Amino acid sequence: MFEQFVNGIFWDIALIVFFVGVIGRLATLFLRSKRIDYSEPRNSGISGAIMANIHGFYPRKEISSRVRIQVIAGYMFHLGFFILLFFAAPHVKFIAEHITGFSYMTIPYWAFIVSAQIAFAGLILLWVHRVLNPVTRLISKRSDHVSSILVFVVMLTGCMALAEASSELRALHRFSVELLMIYFPFSALMHAFMFVPSRAFTGAFLGRRGVKV
Amino acid sequence: MSTPLERGVDMLKSQVDARVESYFSSCTHCGVCAEACLFYTETHDPRYTPIYKTEPLRKVWQQEYTLWGKLSSSLGLSKPLTEKDLSDWETLVYDGCSMCSRCTMVCPVGVDIAYLIRKVKEGMAAAGFVPEGLQNASKRALEFGSPMGLTSKGLLAAVEQQKKDHGIDIPVDVEGAEYLCMLSSNEVVLYTEFLTAISKIFSAAGVTWTVSSKYFEATNTGVQMGNSGIAAQLLERLVEVATELKIKTVISPECGHAYTTFRWDGANILGRELPFNVVHIMELLDQLRKDGKLKTTGSFDERLTYHDPCNISRRGGVLDQPRDLLNQVAPNFVEMHENMEMNWCCGGGGGVSSNERADPLRLKVFDVKKRQLDELNVTTLVTSCSNCRLMLEEGLEENEMDVEVIGITELIADHLA
Repeated sequence: MFEQFVNGIFWDIALIVFFVGVIGRLATLFLRSKRIDYSEPRNSGISGAIMANIHGFYPRKEISSRVRIQVIAGYMFHLGFFILLFFAAPHVKFIAEHITGFSYMTIPYWAFIVSAQIAFAGLILLWVHRVLNPVTRLISKRSDHVSSILVFVVMLTGCMALAEASSELRALHRFSVELLMIYFPFSALMHAFMFVPSRAFTGAFLGRRGVKV
Repeated sequence: MSTPLERGVDMLKSQVDARVESYFSSCTHCGVCAEACLFYTETHDPRYTPIYKTEPLRKVWQQEYTLWGKLSSSLGLSKPLTEKDLSDWETLVYDGCSMCSRCTMVCPVGVDIAYLIRKVKEGMAAAGFVPEGLQNASKRALEFGSPMGLTSKGLLAAVEQQKKDHGIDIPVDVEGAEYLCMLSSNEVVLYTEFLTAISKIFSAAGVTWTVSSKYFEATNTGVQMGNSGIAAQLLERLVEVATELKIKTVISPECGHAYTTFRWDGANILGRELPFNVVHIMELLDQLRKDGKLKTTGSFDERLTYHDPCNISRRGGVLDQPRDLLNQVAPNFVEMHENMEMNWCCGGGGGVSSNERADPLRLKVFDVKKRQLDELNVTTLVTSCSNCRLMLEEGLEENEMDVEVIGITELIADHLA
């Protein structure tokens, strides 16, 4: 019954909420993009937008020593998570069956374990830093904590369902993923898409002024 | 009749655009911005974390423009913005932020926090939560034409004094001159050597220029306090005099926020293109140098460094020109460890210098500049913003540091061939 619900109607709901929500949020950017910049540009805003998106992937040297935890833990989590998401054998199989129609390279079992450990370590480190550091503790919102917990649960149930030993555990993992998908468009998780226009806006703004971003 | 809070909230609502939407949607509250802010690094008070200062706008955005926020507020699960919030944030926004935008440069998701702060200030100003010093400066700017209360008579007296002291004729209200030079009150009252210097340089370079007796003030308190209405009124005065005098290019003097206001933000505040070009005095001097019209002789041999004014460098894009000029006359010019678009602010930008209440905090955060200067062991500090110059002088005096502060324009004028 639970498996049927998770693999059926709830999956459909999660998929619709996720796509409609994400597309809707991105569409609001276009709806609210009404400003024309009347000042005469010094340089290209487009190249500024592109450069800002590239340079945003590494910290500026002036502050890198002060933000090591956020950077290292951030990369650990994101890299580990994306390797699992796109290259873990069960995920590739799922993607081939439901989205692409074809399969591609998967990571070996040991790489799955290593990626999962790195991702877990990164996520836990980020959350501990969020709770213990006076700055992040002050500025964090409920949504930041809920997002961290949901992602943690998704990863945990994923590991529990490893090797597809139990269909119940696999259903539990899928249920947690669907919850995450429903929560995604309304939460801080939207940064996964929004960072691109955000960097682009600032990069274009500064780029047309001739400031290197 | 709406209450001050309602006016503030309405104004904040009107400030939400695509950039605001993308910024608040992508911020992960990682806290990296704090490490770039001198108000945080020098006090270790987490309330000075840049993104935290934008909280009133974030709250309004979330409750008014997101599905989850609307749902939460309709169910009473989230608290609406209150007058106390605005009152609490007034000191964070006006005393604890110089809008230097160093935080913008380090944000991993590219949030332009200075842009958000500027919008928060619009809401604060609409609700009447603006420091007294800034309010008074704004009143004087509207009534007399300058935030210091300096009138045209004051300018003409300074012009007369230049003739008396240096035998220099400052052109006033010359129609059809190539350039209209705007001035900050600082340059008319405190740093009159700027007037002397540009007169000498323009005379040597064969440039025709003028000042306007009708409106000369380069600073814009509307921008500083976050009131676009006042900012627009002051800008219209510039447009009026430049049009009357048939000016093609307006010179922004050694003043940081005047440059970003004229060159970049002014047209957007007015909602139309400006009928003239704008150059910063550094850009013009460097162009004259490149054209062979500005020749220098001799050198200034003291060990010196350059303080990048945030609005001219990081926010304005005038980065190489001051260095090219300095390299022409100062063989012992050395760079600060963190410079150009990653310079540290003097602490007095964004209207902080006009806000007496913020003085103790401003002098406290000057520690970062002190450390930068101590590392270099220089005798002279050069800058291209008279507001920075004043803040630097006060900071140096407070710390009993024996460093002289001068403007680049006067340094160049002293070495004219």
